[in-house]
Amino acid sequence: MQLQVNGKALSLNGNTVADLIGQMELTGKRLAVEVNGEIIPKSTHPSFTLKEQDTIEIIHAIGGG
Amino acid sequence: MNNDAFLLDGKSYQSRLLIGTGKYKDFNETQAAIEMSGAEIVTVALRRVNIGQNAGEPNLLDFISPDKYTILPNTAFCYTAEEAVRTCKLARELLDGHSLVKLEVLGDQKTLYPNIMHTLKAAEELVKDGFKVMVYTNDDPIVAQELEQMGCIAIMPLGSLIGSGLGILNPHNIRIILEAANVPVLVDAGVGTASDAALAMEMGCQGVLMNSAIAHAQNPVLMASAMKKAIEAGREAFLAGRMPKKAYASASSPMEGLIK
Repeated sequence: MQLQVNGKALSLNGNTVADLIGQMELTGKRLAVEVNGEIIPKSTHPSFTLKEQDTIEIIHAIGGG
Repeated sequence: MNNDAFLLDGKSYQSRLLIGTGKYKDFNETQAAIEMSGAEIVTVALRRVNIGQNAGEPNLLDFISPDKYTILPNTAFCYTAEEAVRTCKLARELLDGHSLVKLEVLGDQKTLYPNIMHTLKAAEELVKDGFKVMVYTNDDPIVAQELEQMGCIAIMPLGSLIGSGLGILNPHNIRIILEAANVPVLVDAGVGTASDAALAMEMGCQGVLMNSAIAHAQNPVLMASAMKKAIEAGREAFLAGRMPKKAYASASSPMEGLIK
């Protein structure tokens, strides 16, 4: 399915948030995920099913003051 | 000095120096500077993961472990209360329910001066939602009081503009804020060198938060060491209570028994 991930179009071979994280080779990293503006808790990544054209933000910590 | 702990959000810290993790050459330098500074609380920013980044690309939190340090996520580059609240919620999810945040809502890119209207709005919302808010603000004593009454756990007025290194431009206002505050007051932003940090501590600030002063020094690790000492020296001077200033001389050697 086609998704918008961090402002870019991405084609996902799978259905869940966990599938998306896996496809992006980010499994096991410290991340936070938002789908259509709603935070999806880590514990539900394997069960949360995405829909065509969902807007997703995947964020992590970087250096900052 | 061991019994002079810095208490914040129910935790006790030995260090009163809080440092940022931005602008370093690489994560190794970040890590070395933090280690040298003795800081126990370090700030981080939240950003989008780069799509297509190397799977093996190092992550800041692999170097600065949340098991070892208290991670203080900030809301840098948020210009509205909504953006700041959203960022804090993402930080809480990222850090497994951690509720301590540094709120900063900025007014414009040139000054990075806080937008107080949005800062107050975001602070109120975050406190209601259970966040422990350390708030970056201007040096207005009335705003500081408002933020404290809302339930912010630390008030962090700027010494001068973020990244400017101009030091504490209005120590009189910081003093007024300190006099009225019942929560920790930390100078956040503007520190350029060790004497700036020592001055903040001598005035009675509970701590100092800095990033550029260390990261942009010619030798960041050495400056981290200098800042550690400045914070400790300033704190001890505050606790010791300085001598009164006098207009005229006061001899240190006795007059009595003078050789004639």
